[in-house]
Amino acid sequence: MPIKQQGDIKIWKRRDRNRQLAIWFGQFMAVAIFVYCWQLVSENTIWMFVTDAPRQAADMMDRMVPPKWSYMSDLWRPVWDTITIATLGTLMAVVLAFPIAFLAARNTTPSSALVRPVALFIIVSSRSINSLLWALMLVTILGPGVFAGVLAIGFRSIGFCAKLLYEAIEEIDETQVEAVTATGASGAQILNYGIVPQILPAFAGISVFRWDINVRESAILGLVGAGGIGLQLSSSIDTVTWTQVSLILLVILATVIVSEWVSAKVRHAII
Amino acid sequence: MSAPRTWKRPPFIERPLLRWGLITGGTIFLLLSIGTMEVNWERVAAGLPRAERFVASFFPPDFTSKSSDIWEGIVESLWMTVVSTIIGILLSIPVGLGAARNLSPRFVYLISRGILALSRTFPEIIIALFAVKLFGFGPFAGIIALSIGSIGFYGKLLAEDIEDMDPVQAEAVKATGASWFQWLNYSVQPQVMPRMIGLAMYRFDINFRESAVLGIVGAGGIGATLLTSFGRYEFSSSAAILLIIIGIVMAVEYSSGYIRKWIQ
Repeated sequence: MPIKQQGDIKIWKRRDRNRQLAIWFGQFMAVAIFVYCWQLVSENTIWMFVTDAPRQAADMMDRMVPPKWSYMSDLWRPVWDTITIATLGTLMAVVLAFPIAFLAARNTTPSSALVRPVALFIIVSSRSINSLLWALMLVTILGPGVFAGVLAIGFRSIGFCAKLLYEAIEEIDETQVEAVTATGASGAQILNYGIVPQILPAFAGISVFRWDINVRESAILGLVGAGGIGLQLSSSIDTVTWTQVSLILLVILATVIVSEWVSAKVRHAII
Repeated sequence: MSAPRTWKRPPFIERPLLRWGLITGGTIFLLLSIGTMEVNWERVAAGLPRAERFVASFFPPDFTSKSSDIWEGIVESLWMTVVSTIIGILLSIPVGLGAARNLSPRFVYLISRGILALSRTFPEIIIALFAVKLFGFGPFAGIIALSIGSIGFYGKLLAEDIEDMDPVQAEAVKATGASWFQWLNYSVQPQVMPRMIGLAMYRFDINFRESAVLGIVGAGGIGATLLTSFGRYEFSSSAAILLIIIGIVMAVEYSSGYIRKWIQ
């Protein structure tokens, strides 16, 4: 315990001197970096627009209410497309992530020198590229539409699902695997009876969780032309029909709330 | 009665009605969604050579011909990330404290939870879309969007962490006669700090990834450069940008693990 001696009196200190100095230095550096970056922000901003923003915001709000309810009839299809993209994308991702997770987990990988790094690289690159970027790429390649959206969501989710799944595989109870091995089971049987039942709840949980995230993500894919309700959002903003914009935002909000509720229910039921 | 001679694996979902309901419902939904998905196979087939060209452009990626644009965009993304992460976390601390049930009165709790829910509802890119309308094109709009996203994320996790803390330590510090701020500083903060620093790194990581796409709606960062390169079919420049993004994300992830270990 760090104590400062002052004559006969011992004074308790939270940290010893070097550690305290290190923390102060860290804080100082953080402030310095922040100030430097803020200066860059300031150089790149037209402050006149920013000071004008509250008036603009009030104006925008004013033009957004009331939402144009009659536009709803055009929105059912995009909402359906959004959910389709999220669902099929998630499905594609979990199907592909399942084998990759087994290749990436330390205790099931066939070769930790060759196969594991490849699997980990797939996971990392899929995760670091935002689904909007995947969509951007796929739209230039496959053309605009729902199909590009499904693939974008799928590619983005592979890494996420595989990462969580391989962590679950690494945490399984080895004694059960050993017990199944002791019965003389083959490799595939060990996988099927020793490992899969242990990770199945985690697998279902991960899938539903990712589906929930994907509903949100697929709502914006339309911004780059990959189908879903984002398409209507960006065109309504471009044509400054704010009453349609507010309706779309409400619809997105409702979709997100419903999907969150469904996913919470399902996860609660299986865990 | 003799024991059954064959063994069957118990089903994953116990109740047969629920099980079959889910299976049939899922199948019907799946068939419907596949049925309604319009795929223009001719367009897909036409895109395949382009896909080939795209993949080929990764070997090797072209870092040089657009290097000044790429460099500018990456640096802009990075300082946007720094500023928005710091602003977001600073703002989320009071909100997170307010949203912890064991810390604040019911009234403050409800308001704070409301703020958190509101800022988590819409993806950053939609917030950015509006920020661009309000503040004009440029990184400022992106910073606003990322900061709002960070408040929702960080504030919620901070509040949950405070709710899960060990009340015994908090009580012990309170018993010494500490003031509210002393109590916060000596009993709550040390308990939540290690995890929160890790989460700050994680949020930095998320913000960087998001800042890479904000350029699509004109809110600054590398996304604009990437969008242009895609639009002009300069795939080898896009490949270079994507590889840089992957590299930075990996570096942040690796160093965050290291920093977390060092702090604990």
